[in-house]
Amino acid sequence: MMKMINERKQPQGSRWERFLKWLNGESPIEYKSSPEWHLTDEELEEKFREDMEHAEKVHKEEERLYKRYQQWPDKKGIPLYERIYRFFAVAVCLIVMVSLLFTVAGLLEFGNPDNPVNNEVSRRYIEEGLQETGAVNIVTGMILDYRAFDTFGESHVLFIAATCVFMILRVGIGKEKNIEDEKAREQENDRLYEPKNDKILQKVAFIIVPIIFIFGIYVILFGHLGPGGGFSGGAIIGAGLILYLEAYGFKKTQRFFTLKTFRVVSLSGLLTYAAAKSYSFYTGANHIESIIPLGTPGHILSSGLILVLNICVGAVVACTMYGFYVLFRKGDF
Amino acid sequence: MDFIRNFPFIGIFLCMSSGVVNSVLPGKWAKKVSITAVTLNLVLSAAVLYYVITTNQSYVYVMGHHPAPWGNEIRFGILEGIFATFFCMIMLLSVLGGIQRLEEDISEKRSNLFYVMVNLVMAAILALVYTNDLFTGYVFVEIMTIGACGLIVVRGESRSLVASVKYMIMSLIGSGLILISLSLIYDLTGHLLMSNIQEEVAQLVESGRYIDPLATAIALLSVGIAIKSALFPFHLWLPDTYTYATSTSSAILSSLISKAYIFLLIKVFYRVIGIQVIFQNKILHLLFAFGIAGMIMGSVSAIRQNDLKRMIAYSSVAQIGYIYMGIGMGTTIGMLAAVFHIMSHSASKSMMFISASGLSSVSGRSCRFQKLRGAAHRNKLAGFAFLIGGFAMIGIPMTAGFISKVYFAQAAVQSPSNIKMIITIIALGISTILNAVYFMRAIIVIYRPTDSHEDVVKRKDILMSAVLICFVIFNFALGLHSDTVVDYMRAGLAMFS
Repeated sequence: MMKMINERKQPQGSRWERFLKWLNGESPIEYKSSPEWHLTDEELEEKFREDMEHAEKVHKEEERLYKRYQQWPDKKGIPLYERIYRFFAVAVCLIVMVSLLFTVAGLLEFGNPDNPVNNEVSRRYIEEGLQETGAVNIVTGMILDYRAFDTFGESHVLFIAATCVFMILRVGIGKEKNIEDEKAREQENDRLYEPKNDKILQKVAFIIVPIIFIFGIYVILFGHLGPGGGFSGGAIIGAGLILYLEAYGFKKTQRFFTLKTFRVVSLSGLLTYAAAKSYSFYTGANHIESIIPLGTPGHILSSGLILVLNICVGAVVACTMYGFYVLFRKGDF
Repeated sequence: MDFIRNFPFIGIFLCMSSGVVNSVLPGKWAKKVSITAVTLNLVLSAAVLYYVITTNQSYVYVMGHHPAPWGNEIRFGILEGIFATFFCMIMLLSVLGGIQRLEEDISEKRSNLFYVMVNLVMAAILALVYTNDLFTGYVFVEIMTIGACGLIVVRGESRSLVASVKYMIMSLIGSGLILISLSLIYDLTGHLLMSNIQEEVAQLVESGRYIDPLATAIALLSVGIAIKSALFPFHLWLPDTYTYATSTSSAILSSLISKAYIFLLIKVFYRVIGIQVIFQNKILHLLFAFGIAGMIMGSVSAIRQNDLKRMIAYSSVAQIGYIYMGIGMGTTIGMLAAVFHIMSHSASKSMMFISASGLSSVSGRSCRFQKLRGAAHRNKLAGFAFLIGGFAMIGIPMTAGFISKVYFAQAAVQSPSNIKMIITIIALGISTILNAVYFMRAIIVIYRPTDSHEDVVKRKDILMSAVLICFVIFNFALGLHSDTVVDYMRAGLAMFS
């Protein structure tokens, strides 16, 4: 094949011949004659000088352009970008706002009795909630009996949030070398700008804090009988703890609330919740009669597991609130 | 046999309670408790999967004494069984594979808190997979959001703190949008239970009333979940997060958390809105366009990276784009391709993160390409696993990535709209080439021969080797026996609607 191709007559210098020569590795080195061969030395010198001048000019021009290119982002690019960015941010926000407003305008009329929200679901909550859950407060009956799985998840949201804050803010569990120094510094920084042992605050707290605690406990324990429940009562107790800490300092609170208390209370709260609810879920799903009596509605010991669950949720919420405050303030209990 | 119906509930409660117990245990014990809980969950989910496949129907499990529209309930069919088992397995392998690196990255005093996060996130994933109630879904979305922040921040470096703040802000915007959408849906239908909402929505669509608020609700929900699962224009939190978290966290974030959100979206489309309504909805075009843009832009950004983990992170953006493209095609086979890609991508992405940590630990704990030169010769198994993962991402036959690309192409060909077909096929081609460019580059870098491997001390990590072998086997199994898996997925999707 190759031979046949080679034998074919080709005109000298054609592309095909050059390709074949390249293929066989015999392409000759070509000498191009310089166009300047006929110039004299002086003319050459002249030309060289001209070329150099031209090169310098081009070089300067290039340098100027490069400088402009370098400065462009600072001078024009970033302001331009920021302007476009702001414009689009405002535009996107406006579009979202307008479309959401239109949506709201197109929604159902508020409070209309024919709305789909007033269906058999809420009717049964209202009409049979008392018999089925034993709780006079329908809201508590709803969140702790009908939809207890959601509330179970919700109390774990609090727990996991507290754990994350604990992870970030607690001093001395990271990789720091000098934990003691850091702890001492945090202690020093604490109350740098606040009066220590404020008499007015202490006296007021002395009167108010027990009342707050009692009220919080009341809200938790009577959660199934009146307005209230674990979340609100726990928040009240947590606020009371924070007030006490604010008035009397860490030394006094450490006598009854340490890291160990925090852990034990929140752990036992959540585990009791899980145990109680898994019993009721298991029996409910397998159609086994629950042995927990509902009691007489209106009595404090009634409505089955709701009282226990309220206490658990209240304990977890109080601990979480106080824990947040302590961790943000000093980084330790 | 009927007792198996209790298993999903037992699994969720087991994971949650052991997570709570972990908060008081020392790190060493917390690790054991956590691994035991996840393993038990794997067994329980596998039993559930076996049960639903043999009986070939879906079950509703009432949580408590009150039946569905009043109380809570969970539901499990074939698709739920498949994904619960699969997610448990990936979680187990990711935790086991990264354990040695974890002990170096995380201070010992807070390592038990890491396992609290692992367990609660696992429980949240299972609950999202099994849920049959929109509000239950939202509660566990919150647990997963906060748990993910914890997984990122546990490393305790300043960069991971910044990354987790970024993640938290974006993710909370997503949660807010989801919550607004849920309240709109509740206002329009008066229900939170998925099947009841579907009936009401069908009536609304039939009567033609309140179409605009319904469309807004669907759009807000889709955008909220898209932000949380890092669809292209909302992906800015992703690279930092995956780069600066410890490798186990990156694997969990990329292959479990974002995938569970997408699973929730598919579930909502099928079970809440109704798939026929969704196919008529214009939001799918938006998801399709963003998915295509993500496929291209994610890969383009990945080419420019000089850090291996960052490159893998940007590749996640591209792969998530694939999934949304499949969802956005608006056909059943497109959904099927998307569902299969969820599985194939999580299998290979978690393997890549674990093998990247293996490669970097023999290269001075750095993931920069300069340091990684020849790393595959120093840690042969990690290099091989990375190679297989790269092949799966590019879509070379015998791997799961190839199968999902085939299904995407099939879905494109069968798509009713010609424009979508052409765009999909062109984007698939371009994206495959781009994938090949950056993964081949990474593979060439790690396989480049160097003469400096004498002075690197070889570290023995038997657990990671075993995990990588499991991953490689699983990837090949998924690639070679994809027909069975896809058949079950098809049956599961049919069970959904």
